[in-house]
Amino acid sequence: MSDIALQLKGITKRFGSVVANKNINLCAYTGEILSLLGENGSGKTTLMNMISGIYYPDEGEIFINGQEVVIKSPRDAFDYKIGMIHQHFKLVDVFSAAENIVLGLGEQGRYNIKNSSKKVSQIAEKYGFDIDPEKKIHEMSVSEKQTVEIIKVLYRGADILILDEPTAVLTPQETKKLFDVLRKMKEDGKTIIIITHKLHEVLALSDRVAVLRKGEYIGTVITSQTNEDELTEMMVGKKVDLNIKRSDPVNPQKRLEVKNLNCNNREGIKVLNDVSFEAYSGEILGIAGIAGSGQRELLEAIAGLQHIEQGDIIYNDPKTEKSENLKDKTPLQIRSLGVRLSFVPEDRLGMGLVGNMDIVDNMLLRSYRKGKSFFLQKKEPKTLAEKIIRQLEVVTPSANTPVRRLSGGNVQKVLVGREISSSPTVLMAAYPVRGLDINSSYTIYNLLNEQKEKGVAVIFVGEDLDVLIELCDRILVIGSGRITGIVDGRTAKKEEIGYLMTNSNGGKDNE
Amino acid sequence: MLSTVCAFINAAIIQSIPLLFGSVGEIFTEKSGNLNLGIPGIMYMGGISGIIGGYIYEKSAENPIPILMILIPLLSSLLGSAFLAFIYSFLTITLRANQNVTGLALTTFGIGIGNFFGGSLLSLFGETGSISLIKTGLCYKTPLPFYTKLGLFGETFLSFGFLVYLAIAIALISSFVINKTRVGLNLRAVGENPATADAAGISVTKYKYLATCIGGAIAGLGGLYFVMDYTSGAWTNNGFGDRGWLAVAIVIFAIWKPKSAILSSLLFGGLYIICVYIPGLSSSAKELIKMLPYLVTIFVLIIISVRRKKENMPPASLGLSYFREDR
Repeated sequence: MSDIALQLKGITKRFGSVVANKNINLCAYTGEILSLLGENGSGKTTLMNMISGIYYPDEGEIFINGQEVVIKSPRDAFDYKIGMIHQHFKLVDVFSAAENIVLGLGEQGRYNIKNSSKKVSQIAEKYGFDIDPEKKIHEMSVSEKQTVEIIKVLYRGADILILDEPTAVLTPQETKKLFDVLRKMKEDGKTIIIITHKLHEVLALSDRVAVLRKGEYIGTVITSQTNEDELTEMMVGKKVDLNIKRSDPVNPQKRLEVKNLNCNNREGIKVLNDVSFEAYSGEILGIAGIAGSGQRELLEAIAGLQHIEQGDIIYNDPKTEKSENLKDKTPLQIRSLGVRLSFVPEDRLGMGLVGNMDIVDNMLLRSYRKGKSFFLQKKEPKTLAEKIIRQLEVVTPSANTPVRRLSGGNVQKVLVGREISSSPTVLMAAYPVRGLDINSSYTIYNLLNEQKEKGVAVIFVGEDLDVLIELCDRILVIGSGRITGIVDGRTAKKEEIGYLMTNSNGGKDNE
Repeated sequence: MLSTVCAFINAAIIQSIPLLFGSVGEIFTEKSGNLNLGIPGIMYMGGISGIIGGYIYEKSAENPIPILMILIPLLSSLLGSAFLAFIYSFLTITLRANQNVTGLALTTFGIGIGNFFGGSLLSLFGETGSISLIKTGLCYKTPLPFYTKLGLFGETFLSFGFLVYLAIAIALISSFVINKTRVGLNLRAVGENPATADAAGISVTKYKYLATCIGGAIAGLGGLYFVMDYTSGAWTNNGFGDRGWLAVAIVIFAIWKPKSAILSSLLFGGLYIICVYIPGLSSSAKELIKMLPYLVTIFVLIIISVRRKKENMPPASLGLSYFREDR
């Protein structure tokens, strides 16, 4: 192979007590496409952010073309001819493509957007991009915006391009086009690092694959000498025993039937594609999948918060033994049937709790409609708050402390505790252990198990495959808005789930 | 009839100048994402600072030199209003205080300062009576020497002091800077999407500070024009009235474009005094007509909100403070 363009030696990055990257050694050659493969939270993006100047490593060295360098800001990265295309585009909506591309550049001479437009067109022509430099960003499609980001980096003369999950937002045709462009750049001698978790893309595009798992560097393999099985195993690793208790479902009954569900997101892009499954009482149904594969939309559709394009959600009420279609109901009606959603978003406080209000008031948020009098009745919520604090061991000075001041784990206990307190019939918990330490996580698992034993249909969306395999009775795997498989939690193999997650075609192309 | 129309146009131009200074200053500020509702107070501040500078010079010099009688009040006015804008910047940019609250507080503060010194300046220097800087006022009112030769046209359009032409020049220059230069591109990026600007290596804080202080200084000239030219160097408490708020309304009416602000100010200035030129109006009808500028502003707000054209929208991050770690 040719020269080493980029080399990382012993890179470590910590966020508080969490180690995001641990002693990573990695190198990329000039004129190659290197894939960086790993699950969510394996530290791929963090690692690349350190090369592009967004984070600064705690330990370790970075070498560019054999020279040790210090990269402290995106500016420094530009100076070393490194450009990163982030997942969330950094573009000004009301500016044209060319204006966005030259933004912040200290170019010599008078400002002349026409000349810049010409230069943009030249770059576009060279690599086969399709772009109108005068088009405004807000009139562009996602793929056009991505093109602008890539040209922005090229315009600044980048030799090392880092793309963070570039295909996540693209259609298959657009993906193909992007890959053609990337190959042309590679021929031009650029080094391209692409972060992804889609195995078939890795195999189709890259020269070599570097794998990260839980912040650690696992190894690099040459793409032509590997296969999906090997990569999956490197990515998910061997199974870890967690010893989460799991009882057998008692008298399972069909509680929720989702039939051919189709949903679009706000941009009108299809996020759920013909999703069908059943959830039974007295069992925990796990949902596994790469983040953003449609888990959120699925839960929100059931809770009535997401518009359903097509399909039905049938709920079998255990009290009245009647079947109802949740599609026609308002979120409030669905809630009163006993279908409860506790969603823990990435920022934790984003959904369900009001940070500045205390625990009692947050309880009141769910029950104030019951009140008959003009004044708030705080007695009942207060009892409930105290009960939750006692039973779930929430660490708080008092029930009147603003939720914002509690630690993450305690906030999540309050959130889950509140939903459970209403004795639901369906409990949907999305990422309830996100960011929690081991002990708090087990408290939550026990809570879910308790609900299951009470005959609640529990739907658990999780990130950690080990947890899913040990906690859930059945695991539904979702990939790019489709169900790619439903496996038994007791017999499932980690590799099997990992494979289903990364294969959006439902594994059909390999059968 | 013609002479009445010309007198009306002339009066409308005079009325429009404080509004033009104020709105261009506010447009400049808002392009950086700062919604400075302190503009009315800053305009008072610009006025009283000019008065103080002019008063001290006129009082201390035996034979005041005309050019200094112009420059000293001009400079003190710019400093005074830029200082108030700086306080706003420090509070909202560095300390990230709420922009609306800070702005409103500064308006109250600026008007208070204006009225305080307007009422007490003379007694501070041991004099009585009311402030009247006739000599300075005359310097500011000096028209172009040749306008009388141009008949009615000259009378209507060219009979003003230099601040009138300065106002139009500043509006045109602002438009050029904002739309046609690299600095303007960076400034607009800061107001639209500070995180993007930051990532592109633009100093968001620097741009916000500069735009707000320069914008404040420009707006303050509106106050200076009012006290030196319009009222010929005399100060009356609350004399400037609600022109500051009209200037803020013009920013919306002109959809954040300094060039449009010229015509918008003229229209608002005209509407402000048209009741005087319509014969036979009852006093209540006059008050209703004075409401027109505000009605027109509400109407424009409705139109741009309905059309939702991205280019006509306020800067996307207007009113929000930027904190890098938030992204």
